[in-house]
Amino acid sequence: MFDNFPLWPARASAGAGNVDALFIFLLALSAFMCLAIFAMILIFATMYRRRRGVEAEQIEGSTELEITWSIIPMGIFLAIFVWGAVIYFHERTPPRGASEVYVVAKQWMWKLEHQEGQREINELHVPVGRDVKLIMTSQDVIHSFYVPAFRIKQDVLPGRYTTAWFRATKPGVYHLFCSQYCGTMHSGMIGQVVVMEPAQYEAWLSGGGTSGSLAASGDTLFQQLGCSTCHRSDSQGRGPNLVGIFGQPVHLEDGRTLTVDENYLRTCILSPSKNIPSGFKPIMPVFQGLVTEEQVNALVAYIKSLTPSPAGGQGGLSLAPKPQYPKE
Amino acid sequence: MATVAITAERENYLNKEYGIRSWLLTTDHKRIALLYLASITFFFFIGGFFALLIRLELLTPAGDLVQADTYNKLFSMHGQVMIFFFLIPSIPAVLGNFLVPLMIGAKDLAFPRINLLSWYLYMIAGVIYVHCIVTGGVDTGWTFYTPFSTAFSNTRVIEAGIAIFIAGFSSILTGLNFVVTIHRMRAPGMTWSRLPLFIWAHYATSIIQLLGTPVLAITLLLVVFERAFNLGIFDPTRGGDPLLFQHLFWFYSHPAVYIMILPAMAVESEVVACFTRKRIFGYNFVAMSSIAIAVFGFLVWAHHMFVAGISLYSALIFSILSYLVAVPSAIKVFNWTATMYKGSISFTTPMLYAFGFIGLFTMGGLTGLFLACLGIDVHVHDTYFVIAHFHYIMVGGAVMGYLGGLHFWWPKISGRMYPEGWGRLAALLVFAGFNLTFFPQFILGYMGMPRRYWQYPPEFQVLNVLSTAGSTILAVGYVLPMVYFLWSMRYGKIASDNPWGAAGLEWKTSSPPPTFNFDETPEVTWEAYNYEEIPAPAEVPVER
Repeated sequence: MFDNFPLWPARASAGAGNVDALFIFLLALSAFMCLAIFAMILIFATMYRRRRGVEAEQIEGSTELEITWSIIPMGIFLAIFVWGAVIYFHERTPPRGASEVYVVAKQWMWKLEHQEGQREINELHVPVGRDVKLIMTSQDVIHSFYVPAFRIKQDVLPGRYTTAWFRATKPGVYHLFCSQYCGTMHSGMIGQVVVMEPAQYEAWLSGGGTSGSLAASGDTLFQQLGCSTCHRSDSQGRGPNLVGIFGQPVHLEDGRTLTVDENYLRTCILSPSKNIPSGFKPIMPVFQGLVTEEQVNALVAYIKSLTPSPAGGQGGLSLAPKPQYPKE
Repeated sequence: MATVAITAERENYLNKEYGIRSWLLTTDHKRIALLYLASITFFFFIGGFFALLIRLELLTPAGDLVQADTYNKLFSMHGQVMIFFFLIPSIPAVLGNFLVPLMIGAKDLAFPRINLLSWYLYMIAGVIYVHCIVTGGVDTGWTFYTPFSTAFSNTRVIEAGIAIFIAGFSSILTGLNFVVTIHRMRAPGMTWSRLPLFIWAHYATSIIQLLGTPVLAITLLLVVFERAFNLGIFDPTRGGDPLLFQHLFWFYSHPAVYIMILPAMAVESEVVACFTRKRIFGYNFVAMSSIAIAVFGFLVWAHHMFVAGISLYSALIFSILSYLVAVPSAIKVFNWTATMYKGSISFTTPMLYAFGFIGLFTMGGLTGLFLACLGIDVHVHDTYFVIAHFHYIMVGGAVMGYLGGLHFWWPKISGRMYPEGWGRLAALLVFAGFNLTFFPQFILGYMGMPRRYWQYPPEFQVLNVLSTAGSTILAVGYVLPMVYFLWSMRYGKIASDNPWGAAGLEWKTSSPPPTFNFDETPEVTWEAYNYEEIPAPAEVPVER
């Protein structure tokens, strides 16, 4: 239904149908309510229009009616809330084993990097039927990653990761918009999502020459930056051993316990003093301003790869932003 | 004709003194209301002019009429002018200022000098903002989102921020004045349960102005300081948090929607009662729903942030609270509709605006249910669906209420009648033009057109052309009343004290009222909306 209807957006992801169904329900409900209220007004306006010799009849009100028209809408609202919340929960929970694409937004372009190492600008190629998780950050202001055909949108913030996911269902080329105002060429920060048949996608993936996977370039960087001198895999280093930590809880010096996710790793690289794991000293240098967002992504991908799947591939980015405590 | 001569000679607030001094140094709430009327009308037409340029730019998919930067400034300044310099002061500072003392039987507001101070603050803010416009303007959107506003925009953000900061204090002082006046200055016998619903809604509005606006002031000050002194509060590279700004901003700016719509609901209750000649159905429920809206309105701010990166669980809480605040609004619509049952309805201009208000506010409210719904909001957030929704509330609701109220009380304000035929024509033009402008934007939004786009993909063009066409009709509908109101001040038929046969103390004094409102302090012995005791006037047109 509506696939060829000119005023309806293309529907090309697994979640889009759910959103449309709820939207159509709300449209029907609203149309009914509007018609009911407008009809009442028209009927009253006609029947009770002012006539000579006919006085208005004074009516105080009716508590029963007031309660009725408070409780019934309330019930309907709660039903809508639950339906909408279920869809939202689904949209915000990336499935295990989704393939990951790192997105860096900047004024005014989208830079995307597949876990296989493929890099793209303002274009995202994905195969039909695969869960794709986007791990996004911004280099400057707030942007928002919006693909109307997938019915997904997520603001992309500087200084942290946000995520979104989708499973494309229909080959085609779809709009990618920036939907959070970001300056002069906000309306030029658009691109396209190219959904391909799996075979075509494999061909595309092997086509461009890349320097290996994202994790591999992260490994190289890990050596170059000297991370490996302290973060040794034999637990003898001055920094924590990073093997197998992803998705695990970590106890901090100040008593907090956090889960190691992408945002945790990111914070630890850029501002290490924020989270000191218990038993370690705050001796790691600050990398804020020394590494690019793409390099942080590669390091994060590398550290994640040190934890074997499925935990590594589950995308353990916790939904709640971690609590921010004031620095002493 | 004898009465005309007497009315013309009678001393009133308009002819008591003449000269510019008598206006600029007045402490009469009615004169201050007119000062506000002139000032906000000026800003309304500036904001409207920006809106027309925006619509003209969007006539074609390519960005061709103005530069991208100019376009960004246009929509930013359209929003800031319309919200902070027109909508927020519109009904409270003009009609509220004029009517609150009259309706409760007081001589003036509790603090007449503070009332004048509030207008001067507004004007200082206005002058600074106009200076900001003519020296380059501001391009942050009306929302000042960080870190764009603090670290990236190279326009006059500080100046705009300071202007709105000062305008905020004008709003706080108006709210303060109303709260004290309503508590302390009611005439003998004017109990809380006898207050017109206009007063209840203004009381609720004043609470929001008092409690919410200081938060906006602090937030804007932080933006100004961060820009001027490089503080880092919202800068993630230095441990700041850009989302903190959004929480602070929406903590005021969501309740601010109710600062705009509650006074329009206030007008609605008076107009519907008068032209159905009935007491409002369910007085207590309508009064209490205003208070409920003011209270719940403070608890829903993060529904502007469902895709901003807040936690899943806080999104759930804010979604359900947003549905709670929809209930009192629905109660009001149902009660106005029920008031018409077995009424004696006349189709005057204010009543046409009231019908328009109910229709447009209902549609705006119902589309609010879509946006409060998490699953739908993710798709339509920051698209034209949102633009259409809040224009249905703020223009379809608040501006229709304002225009309806202006027509309803114009005989009291000016002592003259406006031309009824032109009034009805303008009301119909506004209604038709409004729907043609904004209904297509709902469809554009669901199709996925993001807001604040200077250029757009060609498949969105047809609906944009419709919208632009509608805006020209809307513009005519807005210019007409200004023309015939000015005309009527000199040539309009002299108004009697109570031309509509309306209940309410403001209609028991002369038109226009004397400086201290009543010759002697009224004593209220009747309930609000006692229409069974008031004869319907012959002049109200009889429809057949």
